[in-house]
Amino acid sequence: MNLITLSWNYIKAKPLNTLLNVLLMSLGVAIILVLILLSTQLEENLSKNKRGIDLVVGAKGSPLQLILANVYHIDFPTGNVKLDEAKALTRNRLVKSAIPLALGDNYGGFRIVGTNHDYVKLYDGKIASGELWKYNLDVVLGANVAEKLDLKVGDEFFGAHGLSVADLEHDERSYHVVGILEGSGSVLENLILTNIESVWEVHNHEEEHVHEEGGHEEKELGSAYETGFPEGDADDEITSMLIKYRSPMGAVQMPRMVNSNTNMQAASPAFETQRLFSLLGIGVDMLRSFAYIIIVIAGLSIFISLYNALKDRKYDLAIMRSLGASRGKLFVHVVLEGVIITTLGGLLGMILGHGLMEMLANSYEKSDDIGVTGLVFVNQEMYVLLISIGIGVIASLIPALNAYKTDISEVLAGE
Amino acid sequence: MISIDSLSFGYSDQKILSIPHMEVKESQHLLILGNSGSGKTTLLHILGGLLKPEEGKVVIGNTDLYNLSAQQRDKYRGQNIGLVFQKAHLISALSVGDNLLLAQYLSGTAQDKGRVYEVLEELNLAHKVNKRVKALSQGEQQRVTIARALLNRPRLILADEPTASLDDNNAHKVIELLKQQAEKYNASLLIATHDQRVKDQFELKLELTAA
Repeated sequence: MNLITLSWNYIKAKPLNTLLNVLLMSLGVAIILVLILLSTQLEENLSKNKRGIDLVVGAKGSPLQLILANVYHIDFPTGNVKLDEAKALTRNRLVKSAIPLALGDNYGGFRIVGTNHDYVKLYDGKIASGELWKYNLDVVLGANVAEKLDLKVGDEFFGAHGLSVADLEHDERSYHVVGILEGSGSVLENLILTNIESVWEVHNHEEEHVHEEGGHEEKELGSAYETGFPEGDADDEITSMLIKYRSPMGAVQMPRMVNSNTNMQAASPAFETQRLFSLLGIGVDMLRSFAYIIIVIAGLSIFISLYNALKDRKYDLAIMRSLGASRGKLFVHVVLEGVIITTLGGLLGMILGHGLMEMLANSYEKSDDIGVTGLVFVNQEMYVLLISIGIGVIASLIPALNAYKTDISEVLAGE
Repeated sequence: MISIDSLSFGYSDQKILSIPHMEVKESQHLLILGNSGSGKTTLLHILGGLLKPEEGKVVIGNTDLYNLSAQQRDKYRGQNIGLVFQKAHLISALSVGDNLLLAQYLSGTAQDKGRVYEVLEELNLAHKVNKRVKALSQGEQQRVTIARALLNRPRLILADEPTASLDDNNAHKVIELLKQQAEKYNASLLIATHDQRVKDQFELKLELTAA
């Protein structure tokens, strides 16, 4: 017997009341936890994936869409831009480096991205098996792609036109897997990387395959697989390029220059993600205040049940005093009762929150792309648990104070 | 064993209780008689360290009860004074056995299940150790409170109307039990009552009259 088992026995003695209070508490905590898990993971992943990219240049359209499509690979591209025009822009002295991207095809729902090795370096991608691509139609798979589609080095597959699964296959030229990347948590995990020329070849081949029945198996080395832009003619296009500035002056001049002097559009990932968060923020804030209201109501409900129970408990408390308990001990005894309930609620809420998050992540197919899961632990959760305990203390403070002040003689004489 | 000197207690200007001197020796029993309102319960509470008197001293053994700090007094009471009340105040959220363990815990003595069982055995309650308090009859509940009062081998047993809510049979049993157990533990027994059934069973009596 100690104060915790004593308080626990009182809690057990009124199971329905306890259940209600624990459930209320856990509901509030679960909502807050889902919001915390979602926003920290989103923020972390969004900022991880935009690292090293100062500006994205692509076809005109929505700047947010340009960022979502070319940095995070979750939206459709705004269109294509001429290779020559893009190349011309990279000669600007404000541009330190530029990585070209060519989107348009997918395999099994994973995007095939034409680019160069700089793109892998941008995210510190490391090869897990095989090697990086050099020849056209050779591809390197992100860790998640290889796992989900069960592909390994040496396998071949046909890409499909478009960016979602059910589209028509390009069944003339197959891609050849030469390497698989280590899992890193970046966008690379969910991409299939190759030369830009591979993407062109698959598309052009479709138009020309009538003339080339022979089927030359000879491999062609990419013209710019390590860095820079590939050689192409006036008709060739790319989807976008990721630019890094040479100096902060770039941020001032480049976007305006691109947007007004060229047929292309420039968008800043930092600015657009911030805009996205401020849009989402309203919803998140509302949900969060709703969750806090639930928690406050849970606290209030605990306060009321403790306060009401105290009328029946004053004899118990007086008896405990007569058995040798000090005032302080009774105070702690009542506070403990509130704290046990809210801690239980907090813990249950954490389990609920993680479960809910994992369920959401599993039911939403894009969750892999944005890297959201319920199975991680964030530091902020400790604060949520501390808040839960704090609510328990606050809710039981007044009842505990009344217990502290109980006049034993008066209670025992007044029977 | 227990002595009081120039004790007085009252609310505002109205004096309820005034005792110049009183002494009860070890293993002596004292019956405190008086009508309701005569201050029996007040006196018992003062003797038990539950209520601080306006003036005067209460000395148990060598300890001046009201010279102790509130916390020390609580502890002293838990360890040396066994209290029995008119109603069987037990903690209904706990089982019979846990009620007794709680008494050991709150008084700061070691929790000893063997001792709990031993005391319950003496009062013929051993088979009820795991029962909920509410599953017991009135008489049984009162016996559990006596078991609780005896648990820490008190030097002083204070009983306030212990028979008031019991029938003749149970009342007789409870008085016998209290006397017998007090003798066993060599404790002084003080019973406050206005119950006529108890009167003749004690030699030493203190009659309180309303002032």
